[in-house]
Amino acid sequence: MSAPVSALEGAAIPALSNEDDVEAIPLRRPWRWISAVVVLLVLAAVVYVIATNPNLDFGTVGHFLFDQRILEGVWLTIVITVISMAVSTLLAIVIAAMRLASNPVLSSVAWLYVWAFRGTPVLVQIVLWGYLGLLFDRIVLGVPFTEVVFWSVETNSLVTPFIAGLLALTLNQAAYSSEIVRAGMMSVDDGQREAAYSLGMAPLYTFRRVLLPQAMRVIIPPMGNELISMLKNTSLLSVIAVMELYTQASVISSSNLKQVELLIVVSAWYLFMTSVLSIPQYYLERRYGRGASRALPPTPFQRVRAMVDSRRPGPEPAPATTKVEVVEK
Amino acid sequence: MTLQDTTAETTGVGSARPARDALVEIRRVRKSFGAHQVLRDVSLAVPAGTVTVLLGPSGSGKSTLLRCVNHLETIDGGRILVDGDLIGYRQVGSKTHEMSPRQIAKQRRNIGMVFQRFNLFPHMTALDNVCEAPIGVAGRSKARARERARELLGRVGLADFAGHYPAQLSGGQQQRVAIARALAMDPKLMLFDEPTSALDPELVGDVLDVMRALADDGMTMIVVTHEIGFARGVADQVAFMDGGVIVEAGPAEEVIDRPRRQRTRNFLESVR
Repeated sequence: MSAPVSALEGAAIPALSNEDDVEAIPLRRPWRWISAVVVLLVLAAVVYVIATNPNLDFGTVGHFLFDQRILEGVWLTIVITVISMAVSTLLAIVIAAMRLASNPVLSSVAWLYVWAFRGTPVLVQIVLWGYLGLLFDRIVLGVPFTEVVFWSVETNSLVTPFIAGLLALTLNQAAYSSEIVRAGMMSVDDGQREAAYSLGMAPLYTFRRVLLPQAMRVIIPPMGNELISMLKNTSLLSVIAVMELYTQASVISSSNLKQVELLIVVSAWYLFMTSVLSIPQYYLERRYGRGASRALPPTPFQRVRAMVDSRRPGPEPAPATTKVEVVEK
Repeated sequence: MTLQDTTAETTGVGSARPARDALVEIRRVRKSFGAHQVLRDVSLAVPAGTVTVLLGPSGSGKSTLLRCVNHLETIDGGRILVDGDLIGYRQVGSKTHEMSPRQIAKQRRNIGMVFQRFNLFPHMTALDNVCEAPIGVAGRSKARARERARELLGRVGLADFAGHYPAQLSGGQQQRVAIARALAMDPKLMLFDEPTSALDPELVGDVLDVMRALADDGMTMIVVTHEIGFARGVADQVAFMDGGVIVEAGPAEEVIDRPRRQRTRNFLESVR
């Protein structure tokens, strides 16, 4: 194996010897190990300070972590997040399509919507929807400017705090999401639209089957961010007394005065829920990444395995390639 | 107000019957981008079952003319007829009115187009690229569309690549999938907009072979290209464009080998 190889006749290869047959070692990186040790030490110090704090009652944290009221709050938080996110995404697609339309009326309306809902704090919007009853005491369905009334209801019985919270979060989120959808649509090459049109596809069909699926690749990562923000923003609904996770916790702590313990309970639940939410995002990205690169990104399991393998110094494995050239005739 | 009443008779007015064998008739077409006039009173007839090659320097208006034939570009005046149908417009008296996007989409089903940059749908496999329009636009059954798509992919030499995404194919392969995709709608007419200009030189031949086979099968084609060899070998008619007008048009061997105009001669010198 390490025997000297004689140069091929006439080829531009110099005479080779044993000295050429050496192994190449990648650059060693000792600072990675040193910094890891420092970080672990700091982390241990923080944990120690908290764990030995006499003012913190871990029994209370454990007791309330799975308290019936906390679990009800968790459930309501999930329900509000899912409904608001689903409805606001549909609304956002419509608003983005309007904003990109050549019709100046539609694009102005979309612009105005985004301007209003993005330009005011979501907390203010929540309180405004909560106080809707002060502005209109009845909600009436009829012919405007006449006495004709088909249906009428007292505002406060229709727009409960739950509905007001849903409205506020949904309408606010739609404004932000529509800008994300719009950016995604603009990232699709114009040749795609032309190709679709040349095949006889109508504009709406082109949007649904050709443009939107490609835009999704750009849309999903920031939408994952928005979903996590939405989950946490539900805690703002405590100002209009929607009994979600944070409101439940503050009701409990106002009676037992264990504020910090209940905040730890709440934080643990939010952390758990946001961690779970990043899993579907990953798989959605994989799905819409189809065709974008030659090989799909690895699943988390494959990635962990690759990381364990890569501790041995050595070259990264070459990316999988399936490009094949056919030679005919 | 009177528009609705006249629609019924517009078809009669619109299609002054073309010469019997001309599939495409371009008559006095004008087009400007802002102040720049791209097409000045261009007229051209393409007989059914023949191949017309548009030659000319970049900016001469040849691609724009091609894109007007399936109404990817609007026109400012004149008329374009494909198989007797006025493309993109309804004629009312001395004016034409643009059709709705739906009506135009319907007309485009009969006209296939192949682009310089392929424009395959990157999120679909080669097979799905070919099937999408037949299933979703023409309403064919999935099984039938797939069977036909496989047959077409075989015809362009890519039978084994049905499951590949465009990113996994070479430029030449992508362009051949694009041709199969256009053919899947069974068009009467195929438009090629510089189909080999974005390809590595060694991949050009495969695409030209497919186009040659298509011409031999009697497909009516309009091709914008710089491949003089293809024009001489395959085209029945060559039109040389410069500055928004057709400088000269005629049988391939005449225009390419014995050009009458100095401008044509200069251009042919420069690309040779």
